[in-house]
Parts: sequence; structure tokens; C-alpha cells
Amino acid sequence: MIPELGNFALILAFLLSILLSVIPMAGAERGNLLWINLARPLTAGVFVFLSISLLILGYSFVADDFSVQFVANHSNTMLPIYYKITAVWGGHEGSFLFWTWMLGGWMLAVCIFSKAMPDEFVARVLSVMGMLCVGYILFMLATSNPFDRVLPLSPEDGADLNAALQDFAFIIHPPSLYMGYVGFSVVFAFAIAALISGRLDAAWARWCRPWANAAWAILTLGLSLGSWWAYYELGWGGWWAWDPVENPPMITWLLGAAMIHSLAATEKRGVFKSWTVLLAIMAFASSLLGTFITRSGLLTSVHAFATDPTRGVYILVFLALIIGASLILYAVRAPSLRSEFGFGSLSREVFLLSNNLILVVASAAILLGTLYPIVYQAMTGGELISVGPPYFNAIFFPLMAILAALMAVGPISRWKKTSPEHLRTQLAKVAIAAVVLGVLIPVLLTLELPLGVIATTILAFWIIFSMLKDIRSKIANKPTIVAGLRSLPLSYLGMTLAHFGFVITMAGACLSSIYSIERSVLLQAGESTDLGAYNFRFEGTRPVQGPNFIADEAVVVVSRGGEFYKNLYPQKRLYTASGTPTSHMGIDGRFLRDLFTTLGDQRENGAWSMTVYVKPFVRWVWIGTIFIAFGGILAASDKRYRQFKVKQAQKLARMAGPVADNSKTSPAMTSGMDTGGSGA
Amino acid sequence: MKPHRRKKLGIIIFIAAGLGTAIGLSLFALSNNIDLFFTPTQVAAGEVTPGQRIRVGGMVKEGSVEHDQDILEVSFITTDYNHDVRVHYAGILPDLFREGQGIVAEGSMSPDGTFIASRVLAKHDENYMSVEVKAALDAAGNTTGMPPGAMR
Repeated sequence: MIPELGNFALILAFLLSILLSVIPMAGAERGNLLWINLARPLTAGVFVFLSISLLILGYSFVADDFSVQFVANHSNTMLPIYYKITAVWGGHEGSFLFWTWMLGGWMLAVCIFSKAMPDEFVARVLSVMGMLCVGYILFMLATSNPFDRVLPLSPEDGADLNAALQDFAFIIHPPSLYMGYVGFSVVFAFAIAALISGRLDAAWARWCRPWANAAWAILTLGLSLGSWWAYYELGWGGWWAWDPVENPPMITWLLGAAMIHSLAATEKRGVFKSWTVLLAIMAFASSLLGTFITRSGLLTSVHAFATDPTRGVYILVFLALIIGASLILYAVRAPSLRSEFGFGSLSREVFLLSNNLILVVASAAILLGTLYPIVYQAMTGGELISVGPPYFNAIFFPLMAILAALMAVGPISRWKKTSPEHLRTQLAKVAIAAVVLGVLIPVLLTLELPLGVIATTILAFWIIFSMLKDIRSKIANKPTIVAGLRSLPLSYLGMTLAHFGFVITMAGACLSSIYSIERSVLLQAGESTDLGAYNFRFEGTRPVQGPNFIADEAVVVVSRGGEFYKNLYPQKRLYTASGTPTSHMGIDGRFLRDLFTTLGDQRENGAWSMTVYVKPFVRWVWIGTIFIAFGGILAASDKRYRQFKVKQAQKLARMAGPVADNSKTSPAMTSGMDTGGSGA
Repeated sequence: MKPHRRKKLGIIIFIAAGLGTAIGLSLFALSNNIDLFFTPTQVAAGEVTPGQRIRVGGMVKEGSVEHDQDILEVSFITTDYNHDVRVHYAGILPDLFREGQGIVAEGSMSPDGTFIASRVLAKHDENYMSVEVKAALDAAGNTTGMPPGAMR
């Protein structure tokens, strides 16, 4: 009975979202206040019923209701309670309900945090999101209902959650990834609402920015958690595989990064308007594409859900419908979005444009590599190929190097027009210091000439010194450094922090790929192997009993320079309900390096195969993303985004002449992120 | 030409040049980095040049897995139930590698007709068969000769 209530709540949410997608939109079109004002209550209703639905699915898991097909396929009485709850997103149907609920959550957030926007605009935004909601719920009801039953012969026990998913990261990676992913539909809805209403001005960009920043920051965390999880769970010693299902969120992330930069220019200077809107549409489209690739089973991947062609077709039609409609709307409306073109060939606008160009090219290249096997197969009549990491690395690394080189220059340059002299005075010392230290430090530390390391270090110092220089010139007239830092707007601090995080991630990625070493060996108990400065001695295995698995646990004694350092315990697990074997790595993670061991299989003579890795700086990859995400959140929480209505009249007046206003501000002000209409 | 038009044109040329270079480089990188997939039957027909980086996929033949007792080396036969290819691999096999399951091996053919794998892939979900392995079996047209359960 209870699962039927869940189904019923889902149907109610469906009906309410149909109303939501029609009434407020029509109200905004006709100026009918009553209809406009229905947007918020309807959204709340959709969210409530989606929540009921999700809670009931969760309850079915906790109560071991194996008459529900989805529960029977993804749970087991032996499964620990925290995995029972999170198994809700452990398979296609439930994860899609969770995804839709996330959309509901973002819609509710738009309801609550939109006091500064006109109601009519909010109504349009919520209506567009309501349409997405209709599409998602219909998809569930039609092709993949999580509440489908196996009656009357329901199984005694469930098939268990996929063993590879039974891990702490499974509790946090999908929610954060989905939340970031779905967050891009908010920006998409903003863009569509702007196209429909024809209102796309600095105020629109200002409303949009915190949402774009928040969604992008959360997606950063989600991606990073996924990478970290893959690193310690899959046991191949890497943290990014260019897997067909890793790539779409990466594409969304890159497009999102382009979008938040382009939005900055749209807000401050009224440029790139139609481009920003196009980016919002593309970023959202790429998130749908990711859904399509994961759930259609078209590409082989570790993430692929069990395949069902009707689902793929439904999502493809939905994707075509949404993207087609948005692009038609865009084609009709974009010409009327007049952007300013008042900037010189050396200006912050041009640097932001370069940033966008690089990020879009990188995402296009990744898309090409991801979809090429499908296209090739279709064109050659079934020949199968795969595009490996060498392709992606060959494209991605040079582009990121150019991006990093420009990252030091963009924030220090001025809007509208920057003189070469300004850049020279600002950056000459920075460049010299970066090159000198960037060469000296690696050479002195290694007593070699490691070119890749030198390039990485120079780029890292180049960005960091330029950031410090920029901060120093901004706070030069403040009495103390602390007072100076306090006076900087949050959005500027957020940007700086995110760029700093990029440097850390870049350094981690480059250094760990240069210095990582590994060795696969076959060891009898008591034998040992050397790798780098470390000695790994295999002491044999012992049986271990987990809640729902049994395991062989190896004891690996690590010593350094003849002295005992640490024990590592890699395991080979067998999940008893499903009979699935998995590996559990033994990892010693430190700030400067990771030791990583994985256990293979046992030979007849008792020897075990295992791989040991020493991976310097690998943690930096994820540490950097924390800074990036925190920077995004910090920028989104800048209070100037929320002060609109209070000073509406005043600011509208100022926005009428932003160009004139800007050109008169002092150089110290114009070089900041925070100019144009927000200085007060 | 009016100054703002000239600026617009400048920007468009800038973008076009950037995109053009990028697309050219991408296609060049792509043409050098695709791994063609071959079925055991195609390998047996001599379609593969030794040394070329390719992927081979099929089922792991029952009883064909030989572990060396002294070194890491493993060898097994991958088959589409029509032709066999012997694969040598010096590394740790994936958790879900087992006899009668589909795998994809990445590497190159050696002149003596065995396949030297640099990576062996098995799927994470054991109910799931790789598109490539399925294609190999379909191409062999011998899906009936398979052991029960292999086609799940």
C-alpha cells in the first residue's frame, strides 16, 4: 500500500508541475497578477509531493519491501542501514527520482531567494523549470517508475546494492554531482525567461550570477568527489580516466566556468549578452546529454546503468525538444539583445573572451572525443573504435596551459581598455620572479632539469604572484592588511580563491602525472619489493568478516630507509549476496604524497599479485577543487546580489549610463572585479 | 568601415582563427589516437598489423586462464566461439574478470600471433556486457553456441 502512495504523490507532483508550467507563464504574458502569484505555491506543492515520493521510496528500502522491484534489485536485508537509505540513488529509477527531487529543491530555492526579482520574472523562471519537471516525471511514470511492484511473487530477499557502490563516497558523490548538475537548469530557466520577456540587462545578469556560481561550485565538488572515489575505489591508480561518463560533467563544468566569466562581463559591461545566454543553454544541454549517455547505455562505461532502449529514445526526444525549442527561441530573440562593443583590443573583455574561447574549445574537443565512437560506428556501418586518454590529454593540457598563462593577466587588466604600459608595470616583476623561482626551485630540489615540472612551477608562480600583486595594489591605501582584506568584496575574494584552487589542482595534476611510479609484482608471504624510497613487505593475508562481505586482507609493511613506517591493509572482498568480488585499496594519504597498494589474486602456490604505487602531490588535485568550490560559493554569497529591490530605483538610474560611470572611476577601482554600479 | 564594425569583425576573425586552429588540432590528435576494435575472427583473418595499438574483445574461454607461478604474467584465450586469440598480460586482472565473461583487452599483436595486452577491461556490473564484446559475438554469428548465462 505505501509504495502506491509514493506513486500517487509522484502523479500529483506531475499534475502540479503541468499547472506550474502553464499558468504562471501565461500570467506573466498577460499581466495577470493572480496567475503570476500562483508560481510560488505551485512550486512548493511540486516540491512537497516529490519529497513525499522520495521519502516513501526511502522508507521502502529501510523496511526491506522487496515487493518493490527497484528495492528488490538494489537492496538486501544484510545491507547496512546507511546504504539502504542511499541505495535510493543506487540505480536508474531511484536516482532519477532523486534527480527530479533535486530540481524541485532548486525550484524551491528560487522561490525563497528571489525576493529581489520582479514576481513576473520569477513566474517565468519557475514555469520553465516546471516544464523540465513535467518532462522528468513523465519519463519516470512512462519508462522507469521506481514504485513498480513484483507481485504476487515478490522475492524473499533483495539482489543487493552493486558492490562497487558500497562505499562512503557513494553517500556524498551522487547528491553533490546531481545538485550541481541540476543547478544548471536554474540558469537555463533564467536564460529562457530572459529570452521570452526580452529583458536581458545588467540586472538580469546580476540575478543570474549567484545561481550560476552556486551550481558550478557544487558541480566542482561533485566532480572532485567522483574523481577521488574513482581513485581509491577502482584501484588503477589514476584519478581521471576520460571515461565517456566522466566527460559530460566535465563538459558541463567547463561550459559553466565559461558562463560565470561571461556573466561577469555581461553584468559589469553589458557585453556578450547573447553569448552568455547561448552558454547557459549549452551548459544545460550538456547536462542533459550526460543524463542521456549514462542512462541510454549507448557508450560503454563504468557508470552505465542497465540498458533499455526506450529510455534512451525518450531522453533523446526530450533533449531534442528542449534544445530545439531553446535554440529556436534564441534565434528569434537573440538579434534583439544588443550588446555593447565598446572595448579595446587589450581589455579585460578580450581576456574574458579568450577564457571563453579556450573553455568552449576544450569542451567541444572533449565532446568530439566522447561522441566520435558513436558517429564512427554509424558512418562505417558498425566498426567499433575507442578514443583513449592520449587524445584527451593531447588537447586538454595545452589548452589549460594557455588558460593558466592568461589567468594571471585577465584579473589585473582593466575593463574597456588596458594600456600595454599598465600590464607591463603590473606584471614585469611578477614574470621575472615566476621564471626565476620556477626554474630554480625544481632544479635545486631535483638536481636535474625537469622541463615539465619547470613549466608547471613557472605557471603556478605566475598566477599566484599576479594575484598577490593585484590584492596588494587594491589594499595599498588601507591602514593594515587585515583591514584591507576585509574591505575587498566577497565576489573578488571568491574569484581569487577559485583561481588559487585552480593553481593547486593544476600543480597536483601535472606533478603527480610526472612523478607517479608503480610496480606490479607477485609476492609470497615474507617477500618484499622496493619502489622509490619505500620498501613494501608482504606479510601474508588474513580473513576478515564485514557486515555483508568476506575478505582476504593483506598486511603490507612499509618501511623507508630500513625503518618501519606504516602498515597498509589492502583487501580482496567478496560480497556474499551478489557474489561480486571487489578490491579495497590500502592507502596512506599525505599532503605531499600517497602510498597506494592494491591486492590482485592468489596463485596456486600461495603467492599474491599486487600493485604498489607512490603518487606524489596527488592530493593537491582534490584540495585545489575545494578552494575552487569554496571560492564559487563565496562569490555567490556576495550581498550585493541581494540588495537589488531596496535600491532598485537608484540602481536603475545608474545602469542607464554604466559606460560613462565606469570611465570616470579611478584606476584602482576599475582594476577590481567589483566595479560598475556596485561601488557604493 | 565604421570603427565598431571593424572591432566586431576583428573579434569574429579572432574567434574563427582560434576555433579553426583548435578544430584542426583536435582532428589531428583524434586521427592519431583512435583504437580500432577487432574481433577474434578478424584477428584470425589477419586483418591486424602487428605492433598497431588495437582493442580485442570476446569471452574468456573456459579453462584457458594460465597463471604463471613465478612471475606476474597471466595468459588466457579470448574467443567469439569461432576463433581464439591468446592474450598475454603482465598485470592485475580486474575484479570481475573470470572465465566465461566478456572482456576487452587493449594492446597490440605480436608477430607470433599472440596478443600482448597493456590493459584488460571487464565490466563493473556483471549483468552487463560490453557493446564491443556483444558485437564480437554477434559478428561471429555464434551466440547459440555460448554457455548459458554468458549472454545475460
